[in-house]
Amino acid sequence: MTNPWTDIKNTDLVIVMGGNAAEAHPCGFKWVTEAKAHRGAKLVVVDPRYTRTASVADYYAPIRPGTDIAFLMGVIRWCMENDKVQWDYVRNYTNASFLVREDFGWQDGLFSGYDEEKRDFDKESWDYQIGEDGFALTDPTLQDPRCVWNMLKQHVDVYTPEFVENITGTPRDKFLDICAMIGECSAPDRTMTSMYALGWTQHSKGAQNIRGMAMLQLILGNIGVRGGGMNALRGHSNIQGLTDIGLMSNLIPGYLNIPTEREVDWQTYLSTRSFTPLRPGQTSYWQNYPKFMVSFLKAMWGDAATEENDWAFDYLPKLDVPAYDIMRMFELMNNDRVNLYFCQGFNPLLSIPDRGKVTAGLSKLKMLVVMDPLSTETSHFWQNHGAHNEVDTASIQTEVLELPTTCFAEDEGALVNSGRWLQWHWPGATPPGEAKHDTWIMAQIWTRVRELYRTEGGAFPDPILNLSWDYADPGEPHPSELAREMNGRALADVTDPATGAVVVQAGQQVSGFGQLRDDGTTMAGCWIYAGSWTEDGNMMARRDNSDPDDVGMYLNWAFAWPANRRVLYNRASADPQGQPWDATRPLVQWDGTRWGGYDVPDIAPTANPTEVGPFIMNQEGVSRLFTRGMMRDGPFPTHMEPFESPMANVFNPRMRGNPVARVFESDVARLGDSSEFPFVATSYRLTEHFHYWTKHNPVNAALQPEFFVEISEELAAERGIAKGGRVRVWGKRGQVWAKAVVTKRIRPMTCDGKTVHVVGIPLHWGFMGAAKKGWGPNSLTPFIGDANTDTPEFKAFLVNIEPAAEEPVA
Amino acid sequence: MNIDPSRRSFLRLAGAGVAATSLGAMGFGAAEAAEAAHVRPFKLATTTETRNTCPYCSVACGIIMYSRGDVKAGETAELMHIEGDADHPTNRGTLCPKGAALKDFVHAPTRLTHPRLRRAGSDQFEQVTWDEALDKIARALKDDRDANFIATNDDGTPVNRWTTTGFLAASATTNETAWLTYKTVRSMGIVGFDNQARV
Repeated sequence: MTNPWTDIKNTDLVIVMGGNAAEAHPCGFKWVTEAKAHRGAKLVVVDPRYTRTASVADYYAPIRPGTDIAFLMGVIRWCMENDKVQWDYVRNYTNASFLVREDFGWQDGLFSGYDEEKRDFDKESWDYQIGEDGFALTDPTLQDPRCVWNMLKQHVDVYTPEFVENITGTPRDKFLDICAMIGECSAPDRTMTSMYALGWTQHSKGAQNIRGMAMLQLILGNIGVRGGGMNALRGHSNIQGLTDIGLMSNLIPGYLNIPTEREVDWQTYLSTRSFTPLRPGQTSYWQNYPKFMVSFLKAMWGDAATEENDWAFDYLPKLDVPAYDIMRMFELMNNDRVNLYFCQGFNPLLSIPDRGKVTAGLSKLKMLVVMDPLSTETSHFWQNHGAHNEVDTASIQTEVLELPTTCFAEDEGALVNSGRWLQWHWPGATPPGEAKHDTWIMAQIWTRVRELYRTEGGAFPDPILNLSWDYADPGEPHPSELAREMNGRALADVTDPATGAVVVQAGQQVSGFGQLRDDGTTMAGCWIYAGSWTEDGNMMARRDNSDPDDVGMYLNWAFAWPANRRVLYNRASADPQGQPWDATRPLVQWDGTRWGGYDVPDIAPTANPTEVGPFIMNQEGVSRLFTRGMMRDGPFPTHMEPFESPMANVFNPRMRGNPVARVFESDVARLGDSSEFPFVATSYRLTEHFHYWTKHNPVNAALQPEFFVEISEELAAERGIAKGGRVRVWGKRGQVWAKAVVTKRIRPMTCDGKTVHVVGIPLHWGFMGAAKKGWGPNSLTPFIGDANTDTPEFKAFLVNIEPAAEEPVA
Repeated sequence: MNIDPSRRSFLRLAGAGVAATSLGAMGFGAAEAAEAAHVRPFKLATTTETRNTCPYCSVACGIIMYSRGDVKAGETAELMHIEGDADHPTNRGTLCPKGAALKDFVHAPTRLTHPRLRRAGSDQFEQVTWDEALDKIARALKDDRDANFIATNDDGTPVNRWTTTGFLAASATTNETAWLTYKTVRSMGIVGFDNQARV
């Protein structure tokens, strides 16, 4: 989230698309209720289902799963056509005036540079025209036909209300009513907030869904302001933290990158990360990349990371593919190329698409290690549970170790919520039996591996033997030691380059990432967490809930990254002179010499607003309506159908799904089409359950005991399905049996003259725990993900449905 | 940090005081003593209170856990009750149907209590000691790494990559667990590294 949960009360319009906060984030959703009750805010919900969020909305419209880009580009077109644009914001804070290269273009659903064989774009033309001085060319009058604004106008021209209705199934009058409500928020004193979650990310073009709304929010001037923002609600309690700390194939903590093989050495690696400003006088804060990177390498390898060995750069693995993400790993398992696999609190047997493929992959491992507080389906993948897990146990040669871990109540440390608050928590219960902290387990495994390398030698032991491991108890590092390591400290006196004064003494914790250096005098495991554990102590444990003037910022409650900032891009809440767009909702402002206000300003404290742009992380100093070559599937979002869809792509019938999404060869034959599977399915959560955890809790298992699917009365009539009757739902990759909930909450839609039925599939059942045995949607979903992030396409796929007798018993 | 004697304990004490005073004022001193002799003490009065956050969605509601016994004092502590933290800016004491049932998640019948091993082809788990489990894992890691580690690619560039072992991290472990996990996984050169961000 760019803004905290508590800021939602400041909004005028909440738009929920791609999420269902009332059910999935109930206590955060209270802030929507607060805005409605006390500010007169309106709530708009656009969703294939009439959800519990929709039930309290001021306006609801249905949409066919997987067509959000068409809807959003339609809204942008409507705003441009009807002059619902925050012009001062667009002119000054976006790249609307930047000129795009002459050879960039779009036709037949594809941007320039497409290579069908490689399933990739040559992105060279997706860039600005660069002048001889190295800066991008601009036309502040927005007259040049190649300026981003005019390129965007041209790009969205096709998304008329008629076109939107045809693609999305959203009735034209409803679409136009919503456009009018959104358009009002282009006024400088009105703001809209976007709340979304996996309903937008779990598509083969999920990142472009979010881009679409971010662009709209920029056009309305709603980024950086109170009651505005792009608010990713996030699904799990610390998935923000685990991503911040870079627990992904291609990441280093703080959104730095693992090198690829093309970056053969440290200098080459740095040369592609110079982040030279693209306009005069701009901050381009990523120019500090080397400071964060060297501080990370010092945190990892301490004294073994020296200037002479390029800070142990070669200790890092280098990638030969974009990422060994989870789906690639299961593909490799199926190809007999993975031997050992660890699952730390992760239940892939139910979470990863195409369960048949997941089971086959796990069955080919030599060893699977599961660390979990609960007895999961994954640790029992080899156990036969009849139709619920039909496997030949004796033939599965995988050894499985199941290790009991503590849960939240028995553990200490910080979790990062979706508003980027790092909140410390304390243990209040003794772990059951021999359950152990994850930190103990990881330390025990690792120190044993290190000992084997010490005594036996082996393949390149240096990064293991030299890993910094300076803990009071090497067998169980304390959370406070680990938190301090992530914050970072000075290894020698750190001085201010301008004055020579010592800003932090050797051995002391740094108080912010501005003190980090690239000369080896500082270390920090995760630069964006600098400031979380300083010489003043644990900032994440702060519990002062005062909030001057009730703005909703709570600056002394816990710690928010970066720099305790609560609203990202908050500099943009003020106009080009540094004064609030809306005098009733100030956030930060310029007093003629300095920035100040209710939040930590997202700009250098003395940066003159008339000279320095507000989007300091970008080389442009402004935000991007056109993203250059930064996304794999285009600098603007363009409508793409899901890989399994009842309709061909209207721009290009040959194009299936996202033209650059990765498709493994073995999965091509596992994709279905609408002749065999005529109905669109989508997955979701229920408010009584959390993922696959709460079915282990007898209370939640009693609240929602049994797997069901939701269908419309019309589809039930068409297929002869009785209310509460059993049904079989099947697709190209598998089948499930469920109780049918026949409901008015899902209605058939009409797209291009064709009736589209939606089947809703909640995701909380399996074969372990206290609830009745059932299935998850992953028995049905395709093994394909987003082109940029590889997030699997759980929200739009094809199935068929029929009445069934009781499910077969093995 | 367990919470200080806060507004909550203050209210609890104050509440008891009000009851006693009112009864006394009405001339029920003796009755009060008799009453106190058989009234069961308030269950949470003798518990340890600990601040925590809900482990489910990322709203991160504040919660207060009530335990018999104090972990910080080295005692065995049994969790008895969980409620929303009224001081928390986001949830202000409220909890959803999941958070309200958290205590029973901690005490779920399917919580794991001992390391277990399922041998190749077997149809059951058997209990093993931590040492057996950890030594077995360390040996398997070492052997697989030594056999499959890729030190350089065909061009002779150091790549220090290990692709035959993978690690899936979670979504609800602490930052501190995450950092320790990061260090160990990366130092070994594992690239098949992922978390639950996408699902």
